[in-house]
Amino acid sequence: MKEKNKVFWKGVEELHNEPEFIKNNLNEFPASVLAKDEASDESAPDRRDFLKLVGFSVAAATLAACEAPVKKAIPYLNKPEEIEPGIANWYATTFAEGGDYASILVKTREGRPIKIEGNKLSSVTGGATSARVQASVLSLYDTERLKGVQSAGKASSWEVADAAIVDRLSKISQEGGAIRIVSSTILSPTTLKAIAEFKAKYPTTEHVVYDAISSSAISKANAASFGKAVIPSYRFDKADTIVSFGADFLCTWGAGDYSADFAKTRKLSKNKKTMSRLYAFESNLSLTGSNADFRAPIKLSQEGLFVAELYNRLTSARINTEAVKNDILDKAVIDLLASKGKSIVVSGSNDVNVQILINEINLALGNYGTTINLNSPVNYRLGDDEKMNQFVDDLKGGKVAAVIFYAANPAYDHPKAEDIKAGLKQTKLSISFADRADETASLVEYITPDHHYLESWNDAEPKAGFYSLAQPTISPLFKTRQAQESLLKWSGNNTDYYTYLKNNWGSSILNGGSWDKALHDGVYESGVASVESAVSSTFNTSAVAENISKVYTSASKGIDLKLYEKVGIGSGVQANNPWLQELPDPISKATWDNYLAVSKKYADDNKLKEGDLVEIKVGNKKLAKAVPVLIQPGQAPGTASLALGYGREKAGKVGTGVGANAFALATIQDGLVQYSAFNVTITPTGGFSQIAQTQTHHTIMNRPIIQDATLKEYKANPAAGRFFPTVTTPDGKVAPAKVDIWKDQHVQPNHKWGMSIDLNTCLGCGACVIACQAENNVPVVGKKEVINRREMHWIRIDRYYSSAAEPKETGVYFKGEGDLELPDQTENLEVTFQPMMCQHCNHAPCESVCPVAATTHSTEGLNQMTYNRCVGTRYCANNCPYKVRRFNWFKYFDNGEVFDKNTSMNTALGRMVLNPDVTVRSRGVMEKCSMCVQRIQEGKLTAKKEKRKVKDGEINVACAAACATGAITFGDQNDPESQVSLENDDLNKERAYAVLEELNVQPNIFYLTKIRNTQA
Amino acid sequence: MSKTSISNLASRLSLLIILSFFFTTVRAANAPDPALVSQGEVLFKENCKSCHAVHTQEVGPALKDVTKRRDVKWLSAWIRNSTAVIASGDKYANDIYNKFGKSPMTSFPSFKDEEIKAVLAYIDAEGEKGPEKVIVDGPPGGPSSPEPPKEDPTSTIILILVVVVLILVLTTLIVFLSVIKRFLKDKEATLTEADKELVNQKFDLVVVVKSKMFITIVSLLFVTIAVRACWLGALSIGVEQNYEPVQPIPFSHKQHAGDMKINCNYCHTGAYKSKQANIPSVNICMNCHTHVTEGSRFGKEAIAKVVKAYNDGAPIKWIRVHNLPDLAYFNHSQHTTVAGIECQKCHGPIEEMEIVRQHSPLTMGWCINCHRETAVNSKDNAYYDRLLKVHADSKKKGEMKAEDIGAIDCSKCHY
Repeated sequence: MKEKNKVFWKGVEELHNEPEFIKNNLNEFPASVLAKDEASDESAPDRRDFLKLVGFSVAAATLAACEAPVKKAIPYLNKPEEIEPGIANWYATTFAEGGDYASILVKTREGRPIKIEGNKLSSVTGGATSARVQASVLSLYDTERLKGVQSAGKASSWEVADAAIVDRLSKISQEGGAIRIVSSTILSPTTLKAIAEFKAKYPTTEHVVYDAISSSAISKANAASFGKAVIPSYRFDKADTIVSFGADFLCTWGAGDYSADFAKTRKLSKNKKTMSRLYAFESNLSLTGSNADFRAPIKLSQEGLFVAELYNRLTSARINTEAVKNDILDKAVIDLLASKGKSIVVSGSNDVNVQILINEINLALGNYGTTINLNSPVNYRLGDDEKMNQFVDDLKGGKVAAVIFYAANPAYDHPKAEDIKAGLKQTKLSISFADRADETASLVEYITPDHHYLESWNDAEPKAGFYSLAQPTISPLFKTRQAQESLLKWSGNNTDYYTYLKNNWGSSILNGGSWDKALHDGVYESGVASVESAVSSTFNTSAVAENISKVYTSASKGIDLKLYEKVGIGSGVQANNPWLQELPDPISKATWDNYLAVSKKYADDNKLKEGDLVEIKVGNKKLAKAVPVLIQPGQAPGTASLALGYGREKAGKVGTGVGANAFALATIQDGLVQYSAFNVTITPTGGFSQIAQTQTHHTIMNRPIIQDATLKEYKANPAAGRFFPTVTTPDGKVAPAKVDIWKDQHVQPNHKWGMSIDLNTCLGCGACVIACQAENNVPVVGKKEVINRREMHWIRIDRYYSSAAEPKETGVYFKGEGDLELPDQTENLEVTFQPMMCQHCNHAPCESVCPVAATTHSTEGLNQMTYNRCVGTRYCANNCPYKVRRFNWFKYFDNGEVFDKNTSMNTALGRMVLNPDVTVRSRGVMEKCSMCVQRIQEGKLTAKKEKRKVKDGEINVACAAACATGAITFGDQNDPESQVSLENDDLNKERAYAVLEELNVQPNIFYLTKIRNTQA
Repeated sequence: MSKTSISNLASRLSLLIILSFFFTTVRAANAPDPALVSQGEVLFKENCKSCHAVHTQEVGPALKDVTKRRDVKWLSAWIRNSTAVIASGDKYANDIYNKFGKSPMTSFPSFKDEEIKAVLAYIDAEGEKGPEKVIVDGPPGGPSSPEPPKEDPTSTIILILVVVVLILVLTTLIVFLSVIKRFLKDKEATLTEADKELVNQKFDLVVVVKSKMFITIVSLLFVTIAVRACWLGALSIGVEQNYEPVQPIPFSHKQHAGDMKINCNYCHTGAYKSKQANIPSVNICMNCHTHVTEGSRFGKEAIAKVVKAYNDGAPIKWIRVHNLPDLAYFNHSQHTTVAGIECQKCHGPIEEMEIVRQHSPLTMGWCINCHRETAVNSKDNAYYDRLLKVHADSKKKGEMKAEDIGAIDCSKCHY
């Protein structure tokens, strides 16, 4: 069937053709699930009960239909001037969580924030948003948030609490008792000013900053090398060769989100046929590794040796460490030497010696001043591990009299959490600004809850000279108070924070610029990235070599454990957000859990199956809970990895108890928190816990769904990798479009909406999935229903594995049980991401099988789904070749007892996030991507009102708007000037393909072939 | 808090630049620029129309020739902040203020120079056109009114005539029959047995009733009527046409919209720009009812309820009259601003209603029907250019109907 002998596969079960997998292959819906449910559940109704229920409900419905209920309409008493019901208002504000930052626009309807979009005016984020930013709007409506100030676990009032706190702070300060403010990275200069004011009032105060996931080593290394304790800004868009040693810079690497910059170098068109080349040396398969052109799985215990080897190969100087050999490293050396000054080498290690070597490598390559700028540092991670350790020791030793926690939860996310818990009992006063009684806040005396960021005034300086403002988008929901205002109040300054902020901007930031404009734009950028001056470093060769040799060795035979951050959950701050918990991990496609990812070989050697529970010990530290094992292709042999951010104990009803807390396994070495451990002990408990993965729910059956080529092939032939299907007819072989079983052709007289999806720039991050969920009121179904293959996401990101090496045979998917004869998958693993949603076929197979015409075609090329017409036969889903239709097996709204995790539809507060322009679907109906038809309609209406044509780009779908890299382009295919037409017709004509073209269903979604830069 | 919309701002800015360019060239030509006028029209309808008309005096004065009465500079100051102009002691301003019951004009501080010029250009252009003829019964040439047909006296007369004629025919036939019977009885001797039986036969109701034919016909009739009744009954489930609930405050549209001619948009602020028309917030009522505290019908009682609600901070719980189901999306501005449909087309003679009544059935059939019959208001609207061309090239004859451009697509209303 395929022209190329390349096999793409979705997971190990497919690779090994397990019986369960073959069975699932053939069924769209898991029929067995329902039968099993009924058998196991004794209280389930039998047929008679069912008939009784039917009879009763028919009678009830008839009675209810006799008289329509009286509905009330309650207008505003005093309508705010800026609110017009039915019309959205947009506010520019700033997302900051720990050091994570995004300049955003917030869409509010009738005063309620309902959707977040990126702010294109910001040159720092450039309109990019991540899944976490997109989901943060739901966190605003979290019912677990505290409704007011708490004193010793009981509700109190602000007046009483303020008086007591001020009184005791003054006493402590007079007695000379130490006061500590513990926070995560604070990007806001005005907040820092308020803290300074607090310090002035209580001189024994010290501000301790730490990050849950620390990047201390980078700033320490820069201090050692260049005398500047900063994290530089990186220009990945200017790099031709990028080498990453475990730095997941496309996902969560501490120094910011560089995916948009990276994607710029990966974009191809007839005008640009060059690409950067990315090398990744890592143990776990990360988002960066999966987008790498060359990926070498390495053991963590050799990471330092690899960096040292690279240093030795690139410079004339040598440091004396154990040599390592690796083909990919050899290639990287050649490329790095060829692209001096246009390359970046980064490492995710929190080991200062490794980071010093990285600095030396970049210096030797002449990257400072071109791709790396020390004079324009970023402020994302300002935490100082050593200071934090000192604080923990002081706290344990009873030397801290008062402590204030701001945006920090060290009792959960610090390796010495137990010491902190114990030490807190010895303080005279402890306060937390947490929004809920989390692990730390539940131990303190006063919780003075901060506003949610969408209720707050604030500012941020993510990068020196680049400022950004945050403004409230809703009145505070509860009796909370902004942390800064509390600090000011306790310092005796009764200014409200808005005035304080405005004054501070007026006096020290705006420099005469307009406050109103800055507030409108959301950003104020005075800083022009200053040019790098000549850089010279100090470098103690022998000390570094000695330290590296001490830690890293190639002789280690034990298992190395990597603690990593997931794109959805991050450090676990938003663990109570069900959207993020149900976001499939980009690589493993697992939801609602963390798990120990191991290599296939390790699992085979230790007779472990997927889902088997294991206990993990690092030295004398033990994980509190056994976690299931997941077999991860690409996982380096002799390594395992476990995600941080799970195992919250006091996050709320959604996040509490999901997974195990991996922070407990982090260790502190030389004062820095280490997220990798060598020689860990893994013991199976004999238990089993199924991981809720979405990966195996749909199958590809060896069809050419992914079409790819190398850059060399592409340069020679832009259509390289394309598959051109033919259909055999009496007149010979013809293109499928020539053989048409659809008699009536749909016409699109005005618009023909479509999308172009560039597989080259889709990095798989999942921001689009959450954006779609927020825009289209997509329910959360919970772990059990994900296991039952009933997740509801309208857009999924399919992740395919493949190997550059050719298999011996293809088309053997149905040969029965047993392995495919494929070469070793871990070494040459390639990964491709493909966003998949309704393809809006012009010859839609779903439409022709619907018995009630609930799914039909519009005159604008959309495949419409009319929920109120659907009777739930599910014929359409069975007939859909793309498997993108979702069935509402249950009533997910107003059904809090069963679907308590679906907070956006089951709590009065959560419902405020629903998009009022989109129907909440009820049980028994089919749903799927509507191509954000509500946005299309709104955009068209605006154009009609202004008596003009629709402009390209003014209408955008939620997934495309959320995409940081611009992988998804939406537009009118009838407009030859539109970007989507250009992508498919002019710029990338040869690369554009329709998935399953051989079926001639004529989709309106086109994909551009994946090009890998593996051959020059 | 400053509201922001980047794309809107950008498009508005570029529009303004283009407009200002046009304006300079137009000045030289000394003729109103159509783009400027249409921009002005939009602004006028959104902001001014609720109180002003060009040719007639509404809440505020008629605006015809306003540019001849005052210069642009004065008007700009007045539009941006009328209270300031009054406070400055300007005589003309104070005269107007006193003439219109000392209620100041709403200020529009955000209006830019170009926008004010556009509005004035529109007023001038409208002023030159002369007053439009007021259409009371909806737009001309529109589809037949969905109102129930009034009793037509001629049809009743015809009905009576037919009944009379039928009775006459029946009587004639009976008379004829008895005459024939009598005639045959006289000649009984000449008749055969069978004929005799026929002649002497007496009408037996029981036999007729028991005949198969009769039973079949009656039962068929019964079933038909029953099925029809069920069908019509089922169709009317959820259809609340003529729903006329008593509201907590006896607000009269007849008085406000009919007698006083307050523009719909004055209270229903969203009618021309939003999805919802919006039930007015109490502060809008209070614009007038701070002064007007006594009504003609209910005295002080009804208005006192409004004032009380405002002072107590308790919103008024009106009873919703038009209940479109959640599964249907409806946008007022598409129908009012874009299609130019009068409110009365769907809401009926609202200006005559003491108590608001749901005039239309609001069923899907009713919506679709209108979309099939109504021609698209494509005049001077560049959005429709391409569609008009396609329609002209197609085989379809006549005007381009809403149906022809996808107005009966499912996803126009259901998503």
